[in-house]
Amino acid sequence: MKKRIYLDYAATTPVDPKVKKAMLPYLSQKFGNTMSLHSFGQEARETLEESRKTVADLIKAKAKEIIFTSSATESNNLALKGIALANREKSRHIIISPIEHPCIMESAKFLETQGFEITRLKVDKYGLVDPGDVKKAINPIRKSSISNGARKNTILVSIMHANNEIGTIEPIEEIGKIIKESNIQHPESRIYFHTDAAQSFGKIPIDVNKMNIDLLSASSHKLYGPKGAACLFIREGVKITPILHGGGHEGGLRSSTVNVPAIVGFAEAARICEREMRREAEKLTKLRDKLIKGVLEKIDGSHLNGHPKKRLPNNANFWFEFVEGESMVIQLDLLGVASSTGSACSSAKLEPSHVLLAIGLKPQEAHGSLRLTLGRWTKESEIRYLLKVLPEVIKKLRKISPFKKHE
Amino acid sequence: MNKIGLYTKKVIEHFKNPHNMGRMKNPDGIGKVGNIICGDVMWLYIKVGKDKKGREIIKNIKFETFGCVAALATSSVITDLAKGKTIEEALKINRNDVVKSLGGLPPIKLHCSVLAADALTEAIYDYLSKNKREIPKELRETRQRIEKEKKEIEERYKEWIKIEEEMHKK
Repeated sequence: MKKRIYLDYAATTPVDPKVKKAMLPYLSQKFGNTMSLHSFGQEARETLEESRKTVADLIKAKAKEIIFTSSATESNNLALKGIALANREKSRHIIISPIEHPCIMESAKFLETQGFEITRLKVDKYGLVDPGDVKKAINPIRKSSISNGARKNTILVSIMHANNEIGTIEPIEEIGKIIKESNIQHPESRIYFHTDAAQSFGKIPIDVNKMNIDLLSASSHKLYGPKGAACLFIREGVKITPILHGGGHEGGLRSSTVNVPAIVGFAEAARICEREMRREAEKLTKLRDKLIKGVLEKIDGSHLNGHPKKRLPNNANFWFEFVEGESMVIQLDLLGVASSTGSACSSAKLEPSHVLLAIGLKPQEAHGSLRLTLGRWTKESEIRYLLKVLPEVIKKLRKISPFKKHE
Repeated sequence: MNKIGLYTKKVIEHFKNPHNMGRMKNPDGIGKVGNIICGDVMWLYIKVGKDKKGREIIKNIKFETFGCVAALATSSVITDLAKGKTIEEALKINRNDVVKSLGGLPPIKLHCSVLAADALTEAIYDYLSKNKREIPKELRETRQRIEKEKKEIEERYKEWIKIEEEMHKK
């Protein structure tokens, strides 16, 4: 059997065997519909509520503040559109960062077509949002020029907790504080704070109260749970308009028969993360730093993307001079290593990653990017193997490239 | 399926072991196509000689490419297709020949086959014009198209890069 090393944990993770075991009874035995009155249904309902509590605990939220969805994309869509639609008569200004996941970027773009005004903040070369910029951009009292009388004061700030490509962790607590202060000063014009925590949930500590977060999205398949389960934390008292109308599941905010087996898996995955987070983060940070140090030392013309310290424990992202990302990914794949790139050639749009461009990389530099993300089962020997093969891959591709340095 | 991931086995073979790869010293013609901003740049070098009948042929051909798997594979395969061919024959090689020789390309990568065919055209044009030869009508037309597309891409990306830069300054 050929060596296969998975270094793409930010894309998705395998289901932890303990999670799988927890899920199995809910496929064929405890299969009831949570809305049914009989014992099958009530059994499922009970499990659902236990799961809700477990997921809530991980971010210090109340169980009733969690609703389950099918994906982080759905949660993010619901957060943005849900807040926007619920408040459109009084406020129409939304602030996001330029390095959000496409589901935020595109939802914001859609809302722009619906009469909302979007401010896209800038980030520094590490991908960090300056909380001072948030302070400048929020505007709780601005009068609007739009004809129907709605005010263009700020209703929502949505800044991701950690970036999926470069791993940079944003100053969420500081931003939360700024929004809280504005809300105290202008109680008549409440600004909501949403964060997409798809990459950080279960990996680094989150406390929605300490961080003053009103809405938070997270997904099961990024933390060794199954695909098809995710959640949106909505602070008690925050009103949103649902997108999916129907039977009134999840407090009427997300109609759809509840995916109990996947949610049980999500909860079990969250439970394991809560228990293991500290140890796992420590282990991964060590491996990550070994990987980063090794790559930068061994390969000329290599550069780290993202912040050297304020980054997810499992994320390493580089760009290499004179090589193209897709070629790197496929060459590594042929050598048994799974990785990813922000190069245009690998995307459906044939445009380089908006995140890498936002941190100031030129398109030709973004084409040479490589993301390696570690996880629960990453071994030191795998990092050693990567450090052995990656310099060879780069050397080979540079030899083919017309832009190599010539003697 | 005769495929490895996105690509055919043939593409992967060329990608793993590209044919005629590297820089050529004192080439008779060079074709430079693509744009680093789009992520694909192809340089093709040719050496022209004569066959037994005294016809001019592509005696040697080499390439250097920065780009994705498809860009590298199309570069490699076009050198195979052109090597030993007369100038007239080489000018007839088109994108479909490239795609066919590779057993197909994913739809989103078809533009790479155009790039490879264009690189060969450019190299031959370079040779002919350097030697003050008459340029066949068809070649003149192809070149006009290549030049036009080159300008369009530069124009398109100039605007796009400006937007990005402005966004960054904000």
